[in-house]
Amino acid sequence: MEKTYNNKAWLLVIPVFLLVAISAIIPIMTVINYSFQDTFGKNVFFWAGTEWFIDVLRSERFHDALGRNLLFSFIILCIEIPLGIAIALSMPKKGPWVPVCLVLMALPLLIPWNVVGTIWQIFGRGDIGLLGYTMSAIGIDYNYTNNVFDAWATIIIMDVWHWTSLVVLLCYAGLVSIPEAYYQAARIDGASKWSVFRFIQLPKMQGVLIIAFLLRFMDSFMIYTEPFVLTGGGPGNSTTFLSIDLVKQAIGQFDLGPAAAMSLIYQLIVLLVCYVFFTVMSNVGTDKPEEVEE
Amino acid sequence: MSFSWMAWTLPTALFWVGIVSCLISMCVWEYYSPGGNPRVGILRFETTRGDRLFISLLGSAFIHLAWLGLVGPGLWWALGISFVYAICVFKTV
Repeated sequence: MEKTYNNKAWLLVIPVFLLVAISAIIPIMTVINYSFQDTFGKNVFFWAGTEWFIDVLRSERFHDALGRNLLFSFIILCIEIPLGIAIALSMPKKGPWVPVCLVLMALPLLIPWNVVGTIWQIFGRGDIGLLGYTMSAIGIDYNYTNNVFDAWATIIIMDVWHWTSLVVLLCYAGLVSIPEAYYQAARIDGASKWSVFRFIQLPKMQGVLIIAFLLRFMDSFMIYTEPFVLTGGGPGNSTTFLSIDLVKQAIGQFDLGPAAAMSLIYQLIVLLVCYVFFTVMSNVGTDKPEEVEE
Repeated sequence: MSFSWMAWTLPTALFWVGIVSCLISMCVWEYYSPGGNPRVGILRFETTRGDRLFISLLGSAFIHLAWLGLVGPGLWWALGISFVYAICVFKTV
C-alpha cells in the first residue's frame, strides 16, 4: 500500500506545539532571562551579566550539593543493580507464584514519592516508628533527624526499597526472554551456575541493565521529594541535594538570578545524561557497523 | 497582555534569535537536501545533521560554562572555541 503525503497534516502538530510552548519553551526562556539579571520583585530587573553563572560555578555550596548528588547516585546504583539482578534470578520463571512475585515487586513503584517520604519519616521515628523504636530497643542510637550517617542510611534504604523493584522487573524481563535452548546447551556442557550466569544470563541482560542503570542514575540525580519530606535536607545541609538546594535558593531565599543560573547548569547536566541515555537506548541491540575490508 | 515578567533583554533576545535561526537553517537545509544525511562518524553510532547540531549546541554550552568557571567573564574566546568545536562535530561526528 502506498503512503499518502499531505502537507496539511502538519496542522495537526499545532496543538502539541502550543502545549510544549506553554509548558516548556516559555518557562525556559524566562529562566534564561532571569539567569542574567537580578530582581527584588515587582517585575523590576537589573542586568547582572554572567555574574550568577560564575558565582554558582565557583560556589562551595553548589560543589557540595553536586558532590552529594553524585555520591548518592553512586551508592544507590552499587546497591540496586546487583540486588535487582539477584532478586530477579531468584524469582520463579513459571508457575502460580510468578504473578504474585510480579505484583509484590510492582507495589513500591506505585506509591507516590511524597507518600514514600512520609512512610519512612514515620517508620524511622523513635517514639512511634517500627524502625526507630526497634533500633532504640536493641541499643542502637538511631536518629535520622540529627545524625548525618543515620539520615544518609535512611534515605539510601528508602530509595533501595522504592526503586530496586524497577531493576528487578527489567532484569526479570531480560531473563525470561532467554530461550530454553541456551540452558539446555549449558547443561550438556556441564556448565556451573556461575558460568550460566556469566556467559548466558548476564550478556542477555545487557540491554535491560543499561536501561536500568541509566534510568536509576537519572532518577536519583534528580531526586527531590523523598529526601525533602524525610529530612528536609538536614541535618545541616548533609542531605541537601541539587534539587533541594535549588528550591531553597529560588523560593526560600527568593534569589531568582542565581537560582535560574543554577537550574540551567543542572538542566544541562541532566540533558547530557538524557542524550547519552537516548543514544544508548537507540543503539542497544543494533549491529555494529561492519568494517569494510579492502 | 504584558510579558514584563519574562524580563526580556537585548542579549537574551539575540541568543534566542540565534537558536531559532539555527533551527530555521536546518529546516531549509533539510528541504533542499532531505534525509538528514545520516552517517557513522568518530562516535561509532549513526547521527543525522539534527543530532550533530544538538551535540554542537550542548557541547558549546559546556564550553561556555567551563570558560566562566575556570577563566571568568568575557566569552568571546569561548564563542570562538565553540564555533571550531561545532565545525569539527559537523565534519567528523
